[in-house]
Amino acid sequence: MTVFQKPKALTNNVLHYCPGCTHGIIHRLVAEVIDELGVQGRTIGVASVGCSVFSYNYFNVDMVQAAHGRAPAVATGVKRSDANNIVFTYQGDGDLAAIGTAETVHAAARGENITVIFVNNAIYGMTGGQMAPTTLPGQITQTSPYGRDVNTVGYPVKVCEMLSQVDGATYLERVAVNNVKNIKKAKEAIKKAFQNQIDGKGFSLVEVLSTCPTNWGKSPVDALGWLEENMIPYYPLGVYKDKTKEEK
Amino acid sequence: MSEKVLMKGNEAMAEAAIMAGCKHYFGYPITPQTEVAAYMSKRLPKVDGGVFLQAESEVAAINMVIGVASTGKRVMTSSSSPGVSLKSEGLSYLAGCDLPALVINVQRGGPGLGGIQPSQSDYFQATRGGGHGDYHMLVLAPDSVQEMVNLTFKGFDLAEKYRMPAMILADGTMGQMMEPVSLDMGEVTKYEKNWALTGTKCEREPNIVNSLYIDPAELEKINFERYERYKMVEENEVMYEEYLMDDAEICIVAFGVAARVSKNAIDEARKKGIKVGMIRPITLWPFPKDVLNKAADKVKAFVSVELSMGQMIEDVKLSIECKKPVLLCNRVGGMITTTDDVLKSIEEAAKIGGEN
Amino acid sequence: MAKVTFNENLCKGCGLCVTACPKKIVALKDDLNAKGYHPATVVSPDDCIGCAFCATMCPDCVITVEK
Repeated sequence: MTVFQKPKALTNNVLHYCPGCTHGIIHRLVAEVIDELGVQGRTIGVASVGCSVFSYNYFNVDMVQAAHGRAPAVATGVKRSDANNIVFTYQGDGDLAAIGTAETVHAAARGENITVIFVNNAIYGMTGGQMAPTTLPGQITQTSPYGRDVNTVGYPVKVCEMLSQVDGATYLERVAVNNVKNIKKAKEAIKKAFQNQIDGKGFSLVEVLSTCPTNWGKSPVDALGWLEENMIPYYPLGVYKDKTKEEK
Repeated sequence: MSEKVLMKGNEAMAEAAIMAGCKHYFGYPITPQTEVAAYMSKRLPKVDGGVFLQAESEVAAINMVIGVASTGKRVMTSSSSPGVSLKSEGLSYLAGCDLPALVINVQRGGPGLGGIQPSQSDYFQATRGGGHGDYHMLVLAPDSVQEMVNLTFKGFDLAEKYRMPAMILADGTMGQMMEPVSLDMGEVTKYEKNWALTGTKCEREPNIVNSLYIDPAELEKINFERYERYKMVEENEVMYEEYLMDDAEICIVAFGVAARVSKNAIDEARKKGIKVGMIRPITLWPFPKDVLNKAADKVKAFVSVELSMGQMIEDVKLSIECKKPVLLCNRVGGMITTTDDVLKSIEEAAKIGGEN
Repeated sequence: MAKVTFNENLCKGCGLCVTACPKKIVALKDDLNAKGYHPATVVSPDDCIGCAFCATMCPDCVITVEK
């Protein structure tokens, strides 16, 4: 009996991501959830701009591209077109937490019944490693070569914490994909975020702490360690809001 | 002919959109087009499957439009000049993704925040695309409330026929003006949309709505193919009105509210014995190049009447290949050309060229 | 009896599976795959317990696990 194989909701296209980039794991988790919930035929994904710009080549569902940061607005249109559509966005931190902040906050405020997969790797990957809204204090990037100086460029944006103050949001959880245990938790969170949409419960966002070995200048294995030692303390894992529990 | 109702331009376009089968509207308040959104907010919740949503920004609104358009349903947004600038990113994506949608621009004076009074100074923005990249929108310029209704209907049809965004380029006067209109538009033509995102039902390969092509050869091919379609639009969809052109020696070119004023001026000039007529472009893109070029062989001068610093005049000159002089009669900043302004330009044009 | 199969030509040699394996039986090969990476493989298949930790960590869906 096969106990582990590539999910049906992923195409056979070879992922373009760098070796060890955990985008691939997150793609797979989303696809596994789509398979398990049996919604592949009515799922419509919204791709964003950044490293995951080609996600429409990988998810085996109807997909639409969105301009930088606009994925939650495009997803709003797709969902409002037909409430039966299961609509998710797949966005990085530059896309969601900088140029797309307004679209994110207001989709949450409206309680838009969509699922947002937010991949936070603390850097702009696609453009070659510039400072992101989520870059840690002191972190060296191409555009913060002396380390992120909070006195001049301010502090990282903590998306789950920020959105937890938005009444319209239903479910917010931060997870990580740095080890097997956390990957299993991440999948549970993603599954809940999709199940909430199926149940018509409103806006769900899962923030996934992810690695960028190439732009962090680390080996894939060392990158997992860096995530655990540096990102998790600044971005604590856990459920930031769960209206479905409050209702019970 | 069906019964006529008295309607404001902005509201008439909104009702016409609903009659055309548009059940989704996304917008953001901005003067002088807010009545479109207000009307939709009242009407769409009463329409089966109707969705009105006030977006957090013009940017979000046009992207919500993209979302609905990608599913193959009729959708629209409306705004006024500064708001359309914000939507330009989305317009480029609509064009790049080959998605149909209707966008209304009830123009006001600019640049910047400008004013709230009527203007036609977004001509370049509309006819040249406005956003980045090589693309066109269908640009329709009504000169009456009835035509706002007709062109709204037509705009949806052409947008779907050619898979491209269409824009109604109106102005503050047109939007606020009340006239009796008939809303009887006939049947809506249905187009095959095998590209639409409807969910694969696990029965077909996924559809992808996208404008990104990393391979330059592929992107070039897509652009060439799109322009083949644009060529078909230019060959088949040009619309214009000729007014007293049979014996005209002077040809006015004007659209929208400027054309209305020009008609009065033409009537006045005719009383004085000046043989003047008008070609009124109804489609600003595709521009009625051929009819103007033919007119250039008959008339001795053109007058471009527009509420801008002279934008359409460039298309007039290109169309007639500079065979005849083209005068500009314009007001800007929210000021509207008067009959006297246009009459003066006609008299000036009558002086040039001498015998012809 | 657990069986783990690596589709070696998809592998980018990142080594995340190597660290995930509780039995320490996954390693990178010395030779190169079609992409030019050192692909991961199981060095002692008989010791595999079919936990699928390697597959769970793999970003590229290289690994299939049967039990």
